[in-house]
Amino acid sequence: MSEHIMSSKFYYAIWIALLCLTVITAAVSFVDLGPFNAVVALVIATVKALLVVLFFMHVKYTSEKLTKIVIVSAIFWLFLLLALSMADYATRLWT
Amino acid sequence: MSDSPIAVEQHGPELLHHFADAEQQRDAAILGMWLFLATEIMFFGGMFCAYLIYRFWYYNEFAAGSRSLDIWLGTINTAVLICSSLTVALGVRAAQMGKRKLLVVLLLLTIVFGFAFLGIKGVEWYDKYKEHHIPGNSFNVDDLVRDYPQLHIDPRHEQIYFSLYFAMTGLHALHMIIGVGLFVFLTYYAWKGRYTPKYYTPVEIGGLYWHFVDIVWIYLFPLLYLIDRHR
Repeated sequence: MSEHIMSSKFYYAIWIALLCLTVITAAVSFVDLGPFNAVVALVIATVKALLVVLFFMHVKYTSEKLTKIVIVSAIFWLFLLLALSMADYATRLWT
Repeated sequence: MSDSPIAVEQHGPELLHHFADAEQQRDAAILGMWLFLATEIMFFGGMFCAYLIYRFWYYNEFAAGSRSLDIWLGTINTAVLICSSLTVALGVRAAQMGKRKLLVVLLLLTIVFGFAFLGIKGVEWYDKYKEHHIPGNSFNVDDLVRDYPQLHIDPRHEQIYFSLYFAMTGLHALHMIIGVGLFVFLTYYAWKGRYTPKYYTPVEIGGLYWHFVDIVWIYLFPLLYLIDRHR
């Protein structure tokens, strides 16, 4: 893994972006978007999580492929857990 | 690769002998931390799965419970955690550059933000205690039934929302408490000058843990506080 030292300005920029997204997600929850309120909230949360993972956790600058495989696998397992569970619970009322 | 004992003596005391060099040791530590975080994702994942199923079944009760939370305190706490992630990221940077005093200051700031988060969380929990919204014998949501007649709230289903609220925020707070403990150790050793640009792995993997706990909150905030606010 290369020792990539980013400028502190860059970290402040990510910080400002995260704070703005927090205010946006709180404000937009008061706007009626129908079924898209939950979608927008989750998209914003995922963008924030990506900013933290890629830049604060240095994943974007890691040369170690194993680390990236672990992260992608972990997200895939979580997806399996949620998707297969909902495939059961969300379809029980179907006739 | 050499079996010569001289080769063993060539590295500093921070390099364990079963690693080829410092970079390999550091990569191994970071990979190990990410493996641990993968298990943490599945640990929290079980709760998120339970949340998803019950939100799907009892959406009205989740909406009423969510609106009974203080959105201001929730938003402020999200900002507090984001600030703590910034101080952690800047702290790792200070360690990379060998700025010992700056590292100590940033680690201390992180601990302060951690306590601020837990304090605000405690205020919110105490409010829920006063409102009898904590699941158990004294659980009572007559106030929500009265305030949201159009939602047709079933108190038993409302109790499921609050059970998940306390389980998820409680588990998250436990991780915060562990994180603050880890950072107290990091601050002590940073003050003693153990971390140098050549060896700061504990600061880096402690930082990974802190950022992970921040990400869990980034998802908990919209999922618990922002359901159906617009009605």
